[in-house]
Amino acid sequence: MQRYILQRLVVAVVLVLGAATLVFLLLHAVPGDPVRIFLGDFATEDQIQAVRHKMGLDRSVPEQYLAWLLGIVTGDLGTSLAQNRPVAGLLLDRLPRTLELTLLSILLALVVGVPLGIGAALRRGRLPDVLLMLGALGSLSVPVYVSGTVLVLIFAVGLHWLPGSGYVPFEQDPLRHLSLLVVPCITLASHLAASLARMTRSSVLEAIGQDYVRTARGKGLAETAVLVRHVLRNSLIPITTTVGVQAGNLLGGAVIVETIFSWPGLSSLLFRGIETHDYPVVQGCVLLISALFILFTLAVDVINGVTDPRLAAGGQT
Amino acid sequence: MTSSAAATRTVPRTIPTPPDQPPRARPSSFDTLLHEPRAVVAGGIVLLLAVIAVLAPLLAPYDPEALDPSASLSGPSAAHWLGADQLGRDVVSRLMFGAQLSLQISIESVALASVIGIALGTLSSYFGRWIEMIVMRVVDVLLAFPALVLAITVAAYLGRSVDHIALVIGIVYMPIFARLSYAVTAVTRRSEFVEAARALGASHTRIILRAILPNSLAPLIVQMSLSLGFAILAESGLSFLGVGVPPPATSWGAEIAGARLTLDKAPLLVVWPSIALGLAILSFNVLGDALRDVLDPRTRRR
Repeated sequence: MQRYILQRLVVAVVLVLGAATLVFLLLHAVPGDPVRIFLGDFATEDQIQAVRHKMGLDRSVPEQYLAWLLGIVTGDLGTSLAQNRPVAGLLLDRLPRTLELTLLSILLALVVGVPLGIGAALRRGRLPDVLLMLGALGSLSVPVYVSGTVLVLIFAVGLHWLPGSGYVPFEQDPLRHLSLLVVPCITLASHLAASLARMTRSSVLEAIGQDYVRTARGKGLAETAVLVRHVLRNSLIPITTTVGVQAGNLLGGAVIVETIFSWPGLSSLLFRGIETHDYPVVQGCVLLISALFILFTLAVDVINGVTDPRLAAGGQT
Repeated sequence: MTSSAAATRTVPRTIPTPPDQPPRARPSSFDTLLHEPRAVVAGGIVLLLAVIAVLAPLLAPYDPEALDPSASLSGPSAAHWLGADQLGRDVVSRLMFGAQLSLQISIESVALASVIGIALGTLSSYFGRWIEMIVMRVVDVLLAFPALVLAITVAAYLGRSVDHIALVIGIVYMPIFARLSYAVTAVTRRSEFVEAARALGASHTRIILRAILPNSLAPLIVQMSLSLGFAILAESGLSFLGVGVPPPATSWGAEIAGARLTLDKAPLLVVWPSIALGLAILSFNVLGDALRDVLDPRTRRR
């Protein structure tokens, strides 16, 4: 098991390294001079040289690449051009807010999606099943910014139950902080919950047809015990894997959700960076979001290895 | 790695078992698809949207950019079936032209992603060695970015234009096709008919084009149908965030973003493009699901 976890860890580190390389290449491979774009058309040559020096662009490309990688290890991701603050500090301010939003959404999706999937599987082919699966497919076909807009219309504009958008620090007003999270989390969780319901349904159906379930029923085990000990246990891997696969969509969706609900997480930082052509900030945000994604995938791999020791023993990548 | 050795070892084989049915009795995949009601409905909607998109200049009752301040934010009426937006532009016309751009970008990006992805995936699986090493590691790294975040970033670096959006979405979805065709080819290239072609002295090109690709197509076609839906979603997401289609051109995502600004005054304006978008994505998803059921021999009805 330790060997398996170590192996996954090495893969994750290599992937982060690859992601860092791609982020670095993007700045250099794209046509146009980022410094000139940042400063605009009226910048003097002196200003251009100053920014160039600040970003380290006056050094050779291999030197810049090494400095970039070394900086990531030591936590120095450069300085924001527009805000004149270290990028790492800006990212650390925003990271907890994005984590809060995404992790709560995953939790919500699990709590809603998995039981619905089980319920649908147990009533296979009957009305609740058909309606639920249609609903799941429908939910998957609605972009998060549409469902977010609709939810705001219902809960904030129509019913006045919840605030529409904004952010209040937890320390300042915990209740308002959490109430501001409700609609964004429901919005973000909707796709994951639908995927989970679909995946849970099909894996429960597959497990129910297995011989060991028939045996368990045959020896007189109560139906709930069969469900929990045999069916669910064997449906766990597809469920965790779905969370891992969908983590990318979730983090992408978080960009849109944070924008709609003015939630000041990593995405709004990324957007302000893009709007002001603040390239060090853009690089830092993209790298951190990708690192989060890789971390989610790693966590799923490890959880899968623990739930199903065959995976860890196989040692396949 | 050891597959080429394994393949040569498995050359002598027994004669394949005869099919369990006479060939005439088995309907073609297309016929089976036509007997799936959901596939017919979804396919019909896709076809309808495509026709509307292509014929938008003829069908649209108004010029999508024509301003009519007197109709600003008016609801559905005889003159404007679905009303008009804040600048008084006809919603029906804008949705039709939006369909054009949404579908165009979706098709272009999926074509780009599938051609490059399938080529890279198949070649790296077939030849292995350093090609496999390089291609699959690049694919791993590209897949380590959430798709939308990668698309936003590349779009931001490239600048806003319709071609760039198609390119960006193509880049983002290319790794999925590469990985899928890599996996499929890994199975196909060990099959007896590839072995037979090789024994007959067929060239690599011929083996790949005539033996491997045609037999790998089923899952790739399913993926294409699903990707067309995803690409529409991705394009609308980029346009919604303001890094997509540049104005005055419009797409469904751009329409939704614009309508959100007048949400309190005319909530219906958000509804129409959302329905168009949802319907298109749902149709491609259902079509992909149906195709999977028809093309996958495990679930195919006999």
